[in-house]
Amino acid sequence: MLEIRDLSAGYGHRHVLEHISLKASEGEVVGIIGSNGSGKTTLLKTITKVLEPISGTVLIDGTDVNEMQSKEIAKKVAVVSQVISINFEFTVEDIVLMGRTPYIKGSETVEDINIVRDAMEKTNTLFLKDRLITQLSGGELQRVIIARAFAQNPKILLLDEPTSHLDITNQIDILNLIKNASRKGMVVVAVIHDLNLAAYYCDKICLLQDGELISAGTPEQVLTSSNIERAFNITVKVIPNEITNSLYVIPVLEPLHDTLH
Amino acid sequence: MAKPGKSVILILALLLLAAIISNTAIGSTSISPDITTKILVTEIINGALDITEKIFPSATANILMANPFIDKTWTDSQEVIISDIRLPRVLLAALVGAALSTAGCAMQGLLKNPMADPYIIGMSSGAALGASLAFLLMLPVQLLSFIGAVITIFVVYNISKIGGKVPVDTLLLSGIAVGSLLAAFTSLIIFISHSPHQIIFWLMGGLWTANWDKVKITSVMIIFGILVLYRFAWSLNVMLLGEEQAQYLGINIEQVKRYVLVLSALVTAAAVSVSGIIGFVGLIIPHIMRIIVGPDHRILFPASTLMGAVFLVLCDTFSRTIIDSVELPVGIVTAMFGAPFFIYLLRKRRQSLYA
Repeated sequence: MLEIRDLSAGYGHRHVLEHISLKASEGEVVGIIGSNGSGKTTLLKTITKVLEPISGTVLIDGTDVNEMQSKEIAKKVAVVSQVISINFEFTVEDIVLMGRTPYIKGSETVEDINIVRDAMEKTNTLFLKDRLITQLSGGELQRVIIARAFAQNPKILLLDEPTSHLDITNQIDILNLIKNASRKGMVVVAVIHDLNLAAYYCDKICLLQDGELISAGTPEQVLTSSNIERAFNITVKVIPNEITNSLYVIPVLEPLHDTLH
Repeated sequence: MAKPGKSVILILALLLLAAIISNTAIGSTSISPDITTKILVTEIINGALDITEKIFPSATANILMANPFIDKTWTDSQEVIISDIRLPRVLLAALVGAALSTAGCAMQGLLKNPMADPYIIGMSSGAALGASLAFLLMLPVQLLSFIGAVITIFVVYNISKIGGKVPVDTLLLSGIAVGSLLAAFTSLIIFISHSPHQIIFWLMGGLWTANWDKVKITSVMIIFGILVLYRFAWSLNVMLLGEEQAQYLGINIEQVKRYVLVLSALVTAAAVSVSGIIGFVGLIIPHIMRIIVGPDHRILFPASTLMGAVFLVLCDTFSRTIIDSVELPVGIVTAMFGAPFFIYLLRKRRQSLYA
């Protein structure tokens, strides 16, 4: 379980996050939404102690991350960032093996290799294992990065816009993978830009604006037109999506052909 | 570790052994490889016996008296040339080549910069200033150049430190800035010196002052430094994905930076203090090995070490034998041979070498 209590963080004197509190439990997918610069990535960095908080605490299974070594944190929390490309000719297996870094002393054991194979199987990347990482497509690469995160054996999976550069097939593929991981007991916290995908995949949503949590709860509670208008500064209509049994957020735009004439 | 990697290492190790023996046989006085090998083997046996004798004085005394294992078919002067002149020089070349190449590999990995070499953050300038001062003031050159290099890295590291962190770009830039400042002082010393050619020769790099004492002192520092650097191979691999990614995987990146810098500085300073500024080895050998074995430092490190050693042994032999009774500074030879080969490799594999 991940718990954040009254967290403020930033760079130098600039506060990026102000008094954030939230909880995420096993089996839950928590979505973090908000405009660019609203503090989403900073939040993920603070959870993993890559950035030290100004005040407040982050608890992983009840333990304050400030009292944990970075290796200990890496055994509990894995981060999947948006990786566009890796320019070094490692094999896919090597990259996934890097997920075992917090566990490896000296050189990898048979157990490490088995965990790596297993992670690749779950993400459908085992067939790529001897390919060079430089030669993969965007979707394949992102799946390999998720395999690397799985190889960390984490309790908590943090995702920073894992799908925003992918095509629709790969987006759904990746989000299904994540949903499955959460069903099997992982805590998943994901920064997602696509509000409709967030509505469908997330059990809980946190809406950030200028570093403050302005709304948190179920998609129905958070994704209201007034909330979205406030956070993103656009007019939207939110309608029930009967096909997927979730919500559909439609930006209200001027019809284009009228403005052209 | 991938299997092809291991066989490359084995081949390179055998190549180094062959290079050491064959290059000891080559020189202005011709001594046949056959005799060279016999002298070397006898040396090794005697050395081993000396050591055992120190540990078990009584037990080996008899063997020592009874032995020579090999009939002595060579003259004393041949023995002196091989074991006191050529062998220490070839070994020193191997050590210096190994040191520069390994440190270059570490710096390229750490700074993620293809232009990085062991000298990039000002170490060569520090060593050069130390050596110039030593020539000017008649002080021990080896000691002062070593101190110069170590002080420089210390200063550069602390200039770059911002709130407990050392950003690599700042490290690079402050290295270049400090390096230029020190180079200006070196130029000044050359300008006012009565014997500037001594300093200039030292700056070109050469191994003509090799002797067993130098081999002993540098081998301890270089071998120790290189072996400890190997322990950071995996961390450097992970850091190639980016510092943030490495932190997410639990790597203490500032600690890795500090260790890798200090160890690279140690082996480089040890090498430079006995050889002067030999360019090119530390820049190009790691690139060549990266093309051959890939970016995995677990293989790349030992491959660079061995190849650097082989390369400098060959270049040094060339530099001392190509013109009768004249020694070319080996730095000239390393660049003349290495650069064209590297250009060929670059053209053959046109993709970018480094991000």
